[in-house]
Amino acid sequence: MNRIDQRFSELKQQGRKALIPYITAGDPAPQYTVGFMHALVDAGADVIELGVPFSDPMADGPVIQKACERALKQGTRLVDLLEMVAEFRQTDTTTPIVLMGYLNPIERIGYEVFADKAASVGVDGVLVVDMPPEEADEFGPLLKARGLAAIFLVAPTTSHARAATICAHGEGYLYYVSLKGVTGAATLNAEDVAEHLAPLRDMTDLPLCVGFGIRDGVTAAEVAKVADGVIVGSALVNRIADSVDAPETIAGQLKSVLAEMRTAMDA
Amino acid sequence: MTVSATETKFSDLTRMPDARGHFGPYGGRFVSETLSFALEELEQIYLSLRDDPDFQAEFDRDLAHYVGRPSPLYHAKRWSESLGGAQIWLKREDLNHTGAHKVNNTIGQALLAKKTGKPRVIAETGAGQHGVATATVAARLGLECDVYMGAADVQRQKLNVYRMRLLGARVIPVESGTRTLKDAMNEALRDWVTNVDNTFYIIGTVAGPHPYPQLVRDFNAVVGREARRQSLEQIGRLPDALVACVGGGSNALGLFYPFVEDDAVAMYGVEAGGDGVETGRHAAPLSSNAPRGVLHGNRTYLMSDEAGQVSDTHSISAGLDYPGVGPEHALWKDVGRVNYVAANDKEVLEAFRELTHMEGIMPALESAHALAHAKVLAPTMRPDQHIVVNLSGRGDKDIMTVAKIDGIEF
Ligand SMILES: Cc1ncc(COP(=O)(O)O)c(C=O)c1O
Repeated sequence: MNRIDQRFSELKQQGRKALIPYITAGDPAPQYTVGFMHALVDAGADVIELGVPFSDPMADGPVIQKACERALKQGTRLVDLLEMVAEFRQTDTTTPIVLMGYLNPIERIGYEVFADKAASVGVDGVLVVDMPPEEADEFGPLLKARGLAAIFLVAPTTSHARAATICAHGEGYLYYVSLKGVTGAATLNAEDVAEHLAPLRDMTDLPLCVGFGIRDGVTAAEVAKVADGVIVGSALVNRIADSVDAPETIAGQLKSVLAEMRTAMDA
Repeated sequence: MTVSATETKFSDLTRMPDARGHFGPYGGRFVSETLSFALEELEQIYLSLRDDPDFQAEFDRDLAHYVGRPSPLYHAKRWSESLGGAQIWLKREDLNHTGAHKVNNTIGQALLAKKTGKPRVIAETGAGQHGVATATVAARLGLECDVYMGAADVQRQKLNVYRMRLLGARVIPVESGTRTLKDAMNEALRDWVTNVDNTFYIIGTVAGPHPYPQLVRDFNAVVGREARRQSLEQIGRLPDALVACVGGGSNALGLFYPFVEDDAVAMYGVEAGGDGVETGRHAAPLSSNAPRGVLHGNRTYLMSDEAGQVSDTHSISAGLDYPGVGPEHALWKDVGRVNYVAANDKEVLEAFRELTHMEGIMPALESAHALAHAKVLAPTMRPDQHIVVNLSGRGDKDIMTVAKIDGIEF
């Protein structure tokens, strides 16, 4: 069984919700990323979304744009990121890892080469922001064949018909984008999220995870009431941004942000 | 990437894109999910209107009475003689209202925006011509208008920035990335994702996600339809060659598309060679054999490094300073219908000055790329042969740039 499915079935049995932190790999420099990943697991992460830095992150707000810039300045490439995952797997063989990013770096390596490498280093899922299911008919099956989950987004603007298509193609979990906008935008509206998740429940058994606009324990707990998982990105990346001059303090800060959310969600 | 480009015949080129917006392996709709519904909506509106006689009539009326079409096909006799070869004819898009071909597309998209009832339009712009054309139609329809422009371009196209402001638009300088056209497009997409309920995005070239490459081409194809008819009337036959500059590629496709099945008509798309393609400092994805890639919603040839990060580009011309190119051009390169070449900054300036001196026509620096290649091509042809060059815009906006090169400060 894929580690993602394994993890969600465990959580279900325990009656708990998934906490899914996102960080951009290579930010503020590549040598820190694996340490951050372990710190996030220590603080209660159930799945890790590892961002692939890209020069043109069109769906991201300023916080993650700058994280990409820092990572790219340090020369972080997709191949380096795969090595980070391999290193992480030397000591953590259970926490699922999802790579999240844009298509061009993958397109450049080549779909098949990428899928082979990702599977061999221990990646569990891939979420390509600018690749909806309609454009995934070549890449999706390559992932599936290697046991990698193709994870797709659902947005507040997604029609019923599209949602059905996405549910049919999606694996691992569905990533519900809580608001119209880019990452790091305003706080979400939990009632609105609940309303949008309800029809999705009828379409799929996939876990429904919610991202965009979750910034603290309060919002995390609110969302955890209606969703199967909570995804938090900019709130963590902000801490990295604030401490680029003292990188040794970052892991501790990430832990405390995430631990606060874990506590609030489990309360 | 299911359809191989090499299986495509010239006669298939008029039937592109397919129902999902693919031009062979190129094009498509690579966007984040939030935008999918807006693109589906736009596609439906466009498909329902494109063959609607009332919509066509309204578009034609606006082009005639607001833009001033048809634009003339002018025989540049003196310049042709001095080059000593083929006759050069200029398709005078510079004479359009607002000074470039860009307005053909913004008129069309503004009509679509009106149908959606959205009160706000946004645009990205490089040279500012598309921004000006968008601000113009927005003023005319009473729509709120925000234009994203790379901070570097705001500096080098000050005149157009002020024009947009006079027209009532807000110009938002974009400080991220390379601070040029691609970054302006990123920011416009971010705005659109946030305000998709009340905002219509008027994309300025044959790029972006489906259906933009198709509809921008269709709205600009009036250029080629006129040029074809005018050639038959004024030359007495079709021209031997067409030449147009290629940034995203809208003026080139607009001219080329109605000639695509005329096999005897050669076509040349001229990219921005910057310091020279061999230096790596250019904006010429097709003629430098850049790899395939995905940016701004479509697959195309895209200048990027080995890790898939999009490359910095260099050009004297803000309107061509873009690392990608419309997906239909990518297909036309593969099937060999168009020859893609580059002209470097120095050659472009020479052509700019030469046309100004010899014909009293000051071209946009973008259009001067096409002229620079016509200069190379004409002497290789006979005096009874004919070249039509798309003079896509006028050079007023570039006077500051040229003056600076001449060491003149205002
Ligand atoms: C006069 C003129 N020509 C050409 C272009 C390049 O665009 P395209 O390649 O879409 O025609 C621009 C863009 O700003 C322009 O202003």
